[in-house]
Amino acid sequence: MGRTRGSAAGLWLGLFLAIGTVGAAHAAEDGNWPTIREMLFEDRAILDGGDRLAMEAPRRALDAAMVPIAVSLLPAGRSADDPIRTLWLVIDNNPAPVAAVFHLAPEFGIGRLETRIRVNAYTPVRAIAETANGRLLMVERFVKAAGGCSAPGLKDREVAMARLGKMKFALLDTFAPGGPQRVKLKIGHPNYTGLQIDQLTRNWIPPDYVTEIDIRFDGRPLLSVDGDISLSEDPTLVFDFLPPGEGRIEVVVEDSSGRRFEKGWRIGPTS
Amino acid sequence: MSRGLGILVAASLISWGVPEGGLRGAPLAVEEVAAGVFVHVGETADFTPGNRGGIANLGFVVGEEAVAVIDTGGSAAQGRDWLETVRSITDRPIRWVVVTHVHPDHMLGTAAFAGVGATVWGHAALPRAIAERGPSYLARMADLLGPAVEGTSLPRIDETVVEGELRELDLGGRVLELRAWPTAHTDGDLTVFDRATGTLFAGDLLFVERLPVIDGSLPGWLAVLDRLAALPARRVVPGHGPATAPWPAALAAERAYLKELRDAVRAVLRRGLSLARAVTAVPPPHPGNWRLIEPDHGRNVVAAYTELEWE
Repeated sequence: MGRTRGSAAGLWLGLFLAIGTVGAAHAAEDGNWPTIREMLFEDRAILDGGDRLAMEAPRRALDAAMVPIAVSLLPAGRSADDPIRTLWLVIDNNPAPVAAVFHLAPEFGIGRLETRIRVNAYTPVRAIAETANGRLLMVERFVKAAGGCSAPGLKDREVAMARLGKMKFALLDTFAPGGPQRVKLKIGHPNYTGLQIDQLTRNWIPPDYVTEIDIRFDGRPLLSVDGDISLSEDPTLVFDFLPPGEGRIEVVVEDSSGRRFEKGWRIGPTS
Repeated sequence: MSRGLGILVAASLISWGVPEGGLRGAPLAVEEVAAGVFVHVGETADFTPGNRGGIANLGFVVGEEAVAVIDTGGSAAQGRDWLETVRSITDRPIRWVVVTHVHPDHMLGTAAFAGVGATVWGHAALPRAIAERGPSYLARMADLLGPAVEGTSLPRIDETVVEGELRELDLGGRVLELRAWPTAHTDGDLTVFDRATGTLFAGDLLFVERLPVIDGSLPGWLAVLDRLAALPARRVVPGHGPATAPWPAALAAERAYLKELRDAVRAVLRRGLSLARAVTAVPPPHPGNWRLIEPDHGRNVVAAYTELEWE
């Protein structure tokens, strides 16, 4: 899918620094959003996305390191005149506010995207969509949670590291050609934020996180995700799409340490 | 001192309007649960400025030559009071401190004992866990305890026990057995067994009355409980709950909760329910058995769901 990987990474680093330095210059009531908005979208108009996007987020998260967020794309299926091609998931008050950028292939009629994020402070969470015609649409929810980025990490470090690069894929409903199919992809990765200090060495523990998830169906781009440290440990995607029939799902994952993982699964009536 | 007396002391302080957090050097209520084995019962409560992080059970064992302390409390202030409490009962040297796991209510009073020359023991996985989690624990405790957190620092672990290894501390006339367990409540749980009296300090491998919190592995914890039950103890000191509980009967309620949770989460995963739906679909346990059920039950569902998703 056509996109500019290098510039996206640069942008996020820029955002990370900007939030820490000039972010405070904006009025407190607006928080970090004006800075993020300017760096991502400059002065482009952003319209209320309520008729094309619906976000589900807990008002108060149980575990700030594992907050489920879902965005439904309306209308479902391939019927939209002006389909959504790109979706940004932004957490205003996180050190790295752009949690993920989803690149969608309209022919697969992706109807819903769900993932899990870290939330570092009480914050607005936004989904901003760009349509094929270049319109920007936004919805937001406020989430009360704190401590997700620098919070206690792995529950079992040994198991987590042994699972690094493993992937699990599942159909969450029965395969029915022509109908929407809900699938889940879970990627074993600690997604270290790099925000913790090693008490012994006084050095920052280096970040180590999933930067890209590329999903194809029979070789055709279906969905790809640019990730960052705001995605939770073991990055997980649940999404609905319209498979044209039986076929093979192929996933390639890359991380910030240069690792690359690949796996594929056949989906069809018996899978 | 009986548990009942401890409650009376606390109640009388409240009636005088003296905030507990404002007291310094006040000994903690303890009871002698077996010859030379003392336990302080933590509050069944969340962290508050008033309790200074004192929500976990703490213990110490007095031998003919030396004393070993098991867990040190939730802040430097509680650690200092705990040290004074031990001193008020015995003048034998406090040679060892055993930290049962990384959680702040069990370890943040340790500095007071390191200051009197005690050697600090923990699970081999504990030093790294303290390095990774410690800074955020200190920040969170500062938010929750306010000024009561003043002076609190992270413990340095001097000696460690590797999984599967048994280490012994000879207190003179009695020996304590230290065992390091595979990932269960956390990924660094250590137990202490006093052979002389058959008293087992289970740390947070055992919660009684307070709902268990999963911060390691749900199937791992159930497996450890089966092995733990084989220890020839006469009584157990749980990490949370009363000073002692009958052995091994005290494991039953916790095991039942963890098994029900495991089975219910497996069922919602089979049905394809999302994490957000699972949190409402897995019912909390019967309130008759447990206190402080929410939000810990909801967090346990998240922990169980994300772990069992790999099955």
